[in-house]
Amino acid sequence: MKQFLRVAWIVMRKDLTVEVRSREILYTTAFFAASCVLVFAFALVREGRPMEDAAAGILWIAISFSGTLALGRTFERERQTETLKALMLAPADRPAIYVGKLLGIVALLGVVEVLLVPMVGVLFDATFWARPVWLVILLAAGTVGFTSVGTLFAAMLVRARSRDVLLPVLLYPITIPIIIGGVRGTAALLQQTPDEPMIRFWASLLVFFDVVFVTLALWTFEPLMTE
Amino acid sequence: MSDGDDMTRMRIAATAALGFLLTAGPVRALGQPPAGGAQVNDYVPVTSVPAAEQLPAAPMVIGAYAFLWVVLLAYVFFLWRKMKGLERELADLQKRVQSK
Amino acid sequence: MDQRLKDARIFNLIVFAAVLFAIGPYFVMSAPVEQTMGLIQKIFYYHVPSAMMLFAAAFVCGIGSAVFLFKKHAAADRLALAAGELAVVFGIIVLVTGPIWARKAWGVWWQWDARLTSSLLLWMMFVAYLLVRRFGGPGSEKLSAAMALFGMANVPFVYVSVNYWRTLHPKTSVITEGLAPGMKAPFWFCVVAFAILFTVLLTLRTKLEKDRAVVEELYLALDE
Repeated sequence: MKQFLRVAWIVMRKDLTVEVRSREILYTTAFFAASCVLVFAFALVREGRPMEDAAAGILWIAISFSGTLALGRTFERERQTETLKALMLAPADRPAIYVGKLLGIVALLGVVEVLLVPMVGVLFDATFWARPVWLVILLAAGTVGFTSVGTLFAAMLVRARSRDVLLPVLLYPITIPIIIGGVRGTAALLQQTPDEPMIRFWASLLVFFDVVFVTLALWTFEPLMTE
Repeated sequence: MSDGDDMTRMRIAATAALGFLLTAGPVRALGQPPAGGAQVNDYVPVTSVPAAEQLPAAPMVIGAYAFLWVVLLAYVFFLWRKMKGLERELADLQKRVQSK
Repeated sequence: MDQRLKDARIFNLIVFAAVLFAIGPYFVMSAPVEQTMGLIQKIFYYHVPSAMMLFAAAFVCGIGSAVFLFKKHAAADRLALAAGELAVVFGIIVLVTGPIWARKAWGVWWQWDARLTSSLLLWMMFVAYLLVRRFGGPGSEKLSAAMALFGMANVPFVYVSVNYWRTLHPKTSVITEGLAPGMKAPFWFCVVAFAILFTVLLTLRTKLEKDRAVVEELYLALDE
């Protein structure tokens, strides 16, 4: 168990170190997320007033789209430098490598969300800080769920043809419950008086999703990544 | 090698089961869908719509059924074409074997 | 079993299924007309069995994919492919007959009904399955197997989240709680007909895949 965590920590630290040095994926993902918000703003704002629940929807769409981008770029970088092959050859527990990559990308998306939430809050007059703890829980559970499936698919697509377009093709249908849970939970949070039971319900669904899909991913990572 | 895999899988299974047991209770308790929330059955019996605006039901029922047949037959045709292709390849292979 | 005997059995089943489908409409028409919806409700007799076959196919594909991923049996993968195609086929039927029914019964083609939306998502997952198999390049069998497995694991989540996504909207229950006695027989007749058809198509498609694998092996052997 300790060995497992150590490997995961090392992989995550490696990813974050590489990222901190170049900051390429962070900047591009953050900017893409902001552009997403703007595009949807122009689509969904009428006469200067956003549609109902638009803020919650736009936030999660931006997370979903920029998350897909970040996943693609991270594994593209691994593919180009052939480090994925090296990782697979290392005498380490494969699932531990998966967890390390997962945590690295979750951290990256976390930083993007820290920038995104205030932006959406300001542009759409949305009171995200009404229930900050619940907001963090929703975002964390949703991001982990999204990334857990995304990391697995992105890793297994590294050697496939048409990998750029196949990642969204595979990822979006599977992560629909995350989007539903995240948007409805956030919308309940943004109401005049936040609807706590609703937030709790959707947060629980997201947590359940995380448990099931992280387990499934850990289970299938090994058979998928070996020839 | 496979022993290690099995051990890892068992460990993962055990951790997952533990995780489930730990989270299932509180998640279920928290996660009851809120009661209330108007569940209006919005079935408006179509008979209340004036007869002139009603859509004819019979063509739609028959049309839907016809569509079903079209789709199923299309799939059967797709299978048949694949089978023909395979037969052609088999014949080709047989010729190649004989000419060897 | 002798190959010709097997083929004969499949052929008999095909004929039987065709006969069932031919006389099905008589049963359906003789069933009592539903009170609220009238004639259009008759679509239920083949919309619901198609949905049942969609879920059955999804289930078979998921299990087959899991067996293929963990036990590496190629036969399981072939079964999964056959089931994946059937899921898409029956899904198309469900997703077209459903809105036709909805148009007449509710006045709109689509109303984000929980069941139809969940079926749409399930269908899309299996379209994705087929897309990956076709365009994923070498090794795409494993990729699609993972997709099928995750898709199956997702079904309860999709259903719960779509269902409660609509809590604040009117709840539309397409199927009345209990079937009137006169409706049970035609309904189950149709279910049996569809089930037989499903099994026949699944068997045929799997066998076709097996034959294709044999042909490919022969090509390889010949080229040596």
